[in-house]
Amino acid sequence: MKVKIKLFATLREGRFAEKDFLFDMPTKVIDVVRMLEIPEAEIALIFINGTHSSFDYPLRENDTLALFPPIGGG
Amino acid sequence: MENWQDFLLSHSEEGFINGAVLRTAAERFGKSLKMMEILSLQEGIIPRRYERNIGTISIEQQIKLLQSSCLIIGCGGLGGYILEELGRLGVGSITALDPDVFQESNLNRQLLANVENIGIAKVAAAQARILQINPAVDFHGRQEALDADNVANLLAGVDVVIDALDNFETRRVLLNACAQSQIPLVGGGIAGWYGIVYYSFQTSAALEAAFMGVHHTRGIEAELGNPPFIPALVASLESALVARLLIGNIQGKTAGKMFFIDLLDMSFEVFEV
Repeated sequence: MKVKIKLFATLREGRFAEKDFLFDMPTKVIDVVRMLEIPEAEIALIFINGTHSSFDYPLRENDTLALFPPIGGG
Repeated sequence: MENWQDFLLSHSEEGFINGAVLRTAAERFGKSLKMMEILSLQEGIIPRRYERNIGTISIEQQIKLLQSSCLIIGCGGLGGYILEELGRLGVGSITALDPDVFQESNLNRQLLANVENIGIAKVAAAQARILQINPAVDFHGRQEALDADNVANLLAGVDVVIDALDNFETRRVLLNACAQSQIPLVGGGIAGWYGIVYYSFQTSAALEAAFMGVHHTRGIEAELGNPPFIPALVASLESALVARLLIGNIQGKTAGKMFFIDLLDMSFEVFEV
């Protein structure tokens, strides 16, 4: 199963901005987060194919997963 | 005695009229400056101060803006620029809320802050600035924080609410109130080289996650700070969205959008919320 992962802002540090991954078993968003060693508390927003999603979402072939940290200054 | 229509027509030049004439007309005919601007536009005469709005917006849309009201929550980094732009644009009624006074650390990015007003209430500076840039605007500054007790009263009668806040806790109060009131909401957040902008007609799971799901009061801005260009950029995007909502050229009344800005790779991504 091919999945594109996009990381935004500080989540890219020590990782990447955009990368394709191949998973050979069922994978949820939380599995990706743990694989990338991103603490859950550092993620505020999860989008799959442009729509808001959650840690429990089971990824599917050709999904694009985007992860964002909290941005709240004003 | 000459009536106001004849006065405006006789004092206009090639379809335009200047501010001094409108102020004289307001006094002579016992109307507010804002009303004289509206009446002038209804006669097809453009106040010089809005000359460079027209073309992007129509005369009818300028009237609509002058007849609109908005509530800006926060007069800091975002709020200062939003107030400047909506005031110059000609949004007729603006209420701004902020409990704070200026601190030295505001000087790097807050448009209303200067070396002479440290310690002065932000809403007082906002009032003074609006009088300088567009005295036709009915401006009300309230030196208080948004909370569950005052939010319903503040939202009453407002056409668009603007989140120019700097913390998630108050955003949660606002989002909860907007969910019940059905008033369109425009908001943004800034942190370092990054920003978000959103508009929404109803609180969505994504907005809840952005500002409610995190177990913090603040986001990555606590570590990155905020350079001056990011509030200016995000605030300008918010102002443009407010203008479009007020003149009615954002399609739909349900789905909203969230935009992510990254100034390191100069990218702009759009998501449905």
